[in-house]
Amino acid sequence: MKLIRNGEFVEDNFTTVGDEDALPEGPAIVSLERWQAERETLRARNAPIGVKLQSGQEPSPIAEDLDHIDVVALEFPVYRNGRAYSYARLLRERYGYKGEVRAVGNVLRDQFQFMIRCGFDALEVADNITPEIWAENVGSFSLFYQPAADGKETVLSLRQRLATRAREKATA
Amino acid sequence: MYRYDEFDQQLVNERVAQFSGQVARRLTGELTEDEFKPLRLMNGVYLQLHAYMLRIAIPYGTLSSKQLRMLAHIGRKYDRGYGHFTTRQNLQFNWPALKDVPDILKDLASVEMHCIQTSGNCIRNVTSDQYAGAAKNELEDPRIVSEIIRQWSTFHPEFSYLPRKFKIAVSGTPDDRAAIRVHDIGIQIVQNGQGEIGYEIYVGGGLGRTPMIGKKISGFVPKADLLAYLEAIMRVYNMYGRRDNIYKARIKILVHEIGVEEMQRQVEAEFAEIRKSGTLHLPEEEIARIEAYFQPPAYEDLPDESTELNKAVVADPAFANWVKSNVAQHKVPGYAIVNISLKPIGGVPGDCTSDQMDAIADIAEKFSFDELRVTHEQNLTLAHVRKKDLYAVYEALKAHDLATANIGLITDQIACPGLDYCALANARSIPLAQQISERFADIERQHEIGELKINTSGCINACGHHHVGHIGILGVDKKGVEYYQVTLGGAADEKTAIGDIVGRAFTEDEIVDAIETIVTTYIGIRKDGERFIDTYRRVGVDPFKESLYETH
Amino acid sequence: MAQHTRKGAQFQALTANRLSDGIVVYLTREDRWSESLQDADVAEGKEAGEALLARAAPSVEANEVVEPYLFEVSLEDESVRAVSVRETIRQAGPTVRRDLGKQAELAGVHR
Ligand code: HEM
Ligand code: SF4
Repeated sequence: MKLIRNGEFVEDNFTTVGDEDALPEGPAIVSLERWQAERETLRARNAPIGVKLQSGQEPSPIAEDLDHIDVVALEFPVYRNGRAYSYARLLRERYGYKGEVRAVGNVLRDQFQFMIRCGFDALEVADNITPEIWAENVGSFSLFYQPAADGKETVLSLRQRLATRAREKATA
Repeated sequence: MYRYDEFDQQLVNERVAQFSGQVARRLTGELTEDEFKPLRLMNGVYLQLHAYMLRIAIPYGTLSSKQLRMLAHIGRKYDRGYGHFTTRQNLQFNWPALKDVPDILKDLASVEMHCIQTSGNCIRNVTSDQYAGAAKNELEDPRIVSEIIRQWSTFHPEFSYLPRKFKIAVSGTPDDRAAIRVHDIGIQIVQNGQGEIGYEIYVGGGLGRTPMIGKKISGFVPKADLLAYLEAIMRVYNMYGRRDNIYKARIKILVHEIGVEEMQRQVEAEFAEIRKSGTLHLPEEEIARIEAYFQPPAYEDLPDESTELNKAVVADPAFANWVKSNVAQHKVPGYAIVNISLKPIGGVPGDCTSDQMDAIADIAEKFSFDELRVTHEQNLTLAHVRKKDLYAVYEALKAHDLATANIGLITDQIACPGLDYCALANARSIPLAQQISERFADIERQHEIGELKINTSGCINACGHHHVGHIGILGVDKKGVEYYQVTLGGAADEKTAIGDIVGRAFTEDEIVDAIETIVTTYIGIRKDGERFIDTYRRVGVDPFKESLYETH
Repeated sequence: MAQHTRKGAQFQALTANRLSDGIVVYLTREDRWSESLQDADVAEGKEAGEALLARAAPSVEANEVVEPYLFEVSLEDESVRAVSVRETIRQAGPTVRRDLGKQAELAGVHR
């Protein structure tokens, strides 16, 4: 596994811990169940904490806690299961979450751009993914019809700017 | 019709480059088949019984002559000289080589066409009424919202990995020619008490293994909010649609399991939030921009009656029959809508040769403002023909075996490719349609029988819409032998209904006789002016059961 | 993988589609791929069938063919015949277009 954060291949400083495992000293990612069971102790810790949501665990139960969570990891059990795209958008657009939203599981190159658009800023990818592959796939499309979590300008808005400019030219 | 601007074109070009790269990587072996399959399935490339199949999107079924000529060219150059128009207003080629697909996509892009989202678990090509812009009682041209939806749904980052495929259809008239109630979302254009145009929304219709009729979840969504409302439905579906079983993954199952009231509540809640954020609010200016592409063509001022037409009808009885079945009323005086039947007697429903495509393109250019439509019943439509030109159009069509006078009649059948082409099939569909067509070839008899829709699918996936045929035929496999199960009373119009199974399945040798028995039974019990479906609704399945099975 | 054979099938042949153009091919005795069913190697019995299937693997690896599978055949007067309607159509071409596919191109195709 490699971690890409904001487009950079980086060392993953988080450890994903099982529900029965002891918490490590440093940054850790726990399950939703563990977060809900141990919320107070986990919040009091001095190291960054992440929560991993499985497919079927939508983010609303942690909406109130997001200020205390550094990473929300969203799982793609298979690439075909696209629930986490909605979860990511909700985290960003509905709950205003500013921390890391990380894609884990079956994350394929053809999905990089969709994930970024939905608000993921970190992706755990297969070891064969290189910076070249990343660059190629994350830039497949340069135009977007629909607004999403990345705030990219839409085709609609480009059209409106063009029209405004044309009008200004006409009146000038 | 809609024309790409620089942005639309660039996106399609980028897609061609992306998919060409994927094909190249597959051919060199950089991608395995397992890795490539989901990618090709996002671009309409299937592997079928004999070869690959390529599905090309014809957005809401509207084509220019130039586009049709390009399809003819592709059929000739890369395929076997023909294509197949489908019930989703798309075109399929049955023999393309994978290595040629990048070139085909380039050719398509040069005429503003593509294969984007013609397969895969995403929002598919939006379908609509083939009479759009020409129908008398139309509230608004349904292609305007169809195009808006096409753009919004293209490469939607959140909705490209849905639980299952997703189909949207739009109708702008109260009589529904787009089968909106058997789509995942059906949109009916309506007008409210203040005279404003808006959208009535149906959700959860679909055919396949578990046929369901869409349920109304909103009576009026204002124009500016349509995309926000659709996004709300899609989000609820994406988050809660089942992913544990592909046969239960369509939105119809979600709606069925949680109930339409709960679905409505969740959609409304999500809609309220999306609306609040304002990002999907559709500006007037953009609606107007797209509307401008669908302005009425430059009609001439004509008297409604055409003496040329009246004379020709009297002089040529075959032409008179064609006018009776294939020509429909136009909203503008002196004009008519012409339906081109792709169901010649004994032919393959929906097939069209490259030469025929070229001929139709020429006719459309000369007589119908350079534009034509594909219908969900696998025919083509010339939407705006001067009545005085009808005879010339008929003659030109006839020269290419395209003037079969059977629209809406018993030989105007829908049939899926079935076992002749499809790798999933249980039984053949096309030969059955051909035999039925030959049995009822007599045009006088067809008119005597009147409106009757026979739909055939080669397996439970229901690509041939058998559930909603007045007579539906489903191919089943019993120990390697083809059998056919018959349903009666289905309909896909504004009175949508799923047909009732009539009884045990028939063998290939029995099925055509069985259809004839059904027809004779109907003729025997119909009252004045009743169509088959009216009689069926009045009497139910029993009389048909009796005549079909009592003698066996 | 698609399951198109029968448990107790006596004779089986192996088919796949060529990657580059999708055309249906059959594995021959010499481990080559032929467009004609008549050239197909025929395995008798379950184990021979499995061995036949295993021989397709290198061609899949080499990106020559995709989706190989076994199907039941019978041997009649020196010729190989597909047993099911599906495989009969597959080795011939669409029954509704006798001018297309192998039936129009090759000898020995049966209907
Ligand atoms: C030959 C390759 C084809 C394959 C492999 C194929 C496969 C499928 C499958 C698996 C479904 C069921 C999906 C579901 O219920 O979730 C389906 C539905 C459908 N197909 Fe096809 N199909 C093919 C060709 C066609 C053609 C040629 C047409 C048009 C004539 C067509 C029209 C449809 C329609 C309208 C549905 C929707 C029925 C519904 O609402 O469930 N398909 N197809
Ligand atoms: S209904 Fe079945 S046989 Fe017919 S095209 Fe669809 S999948 Fe194939």
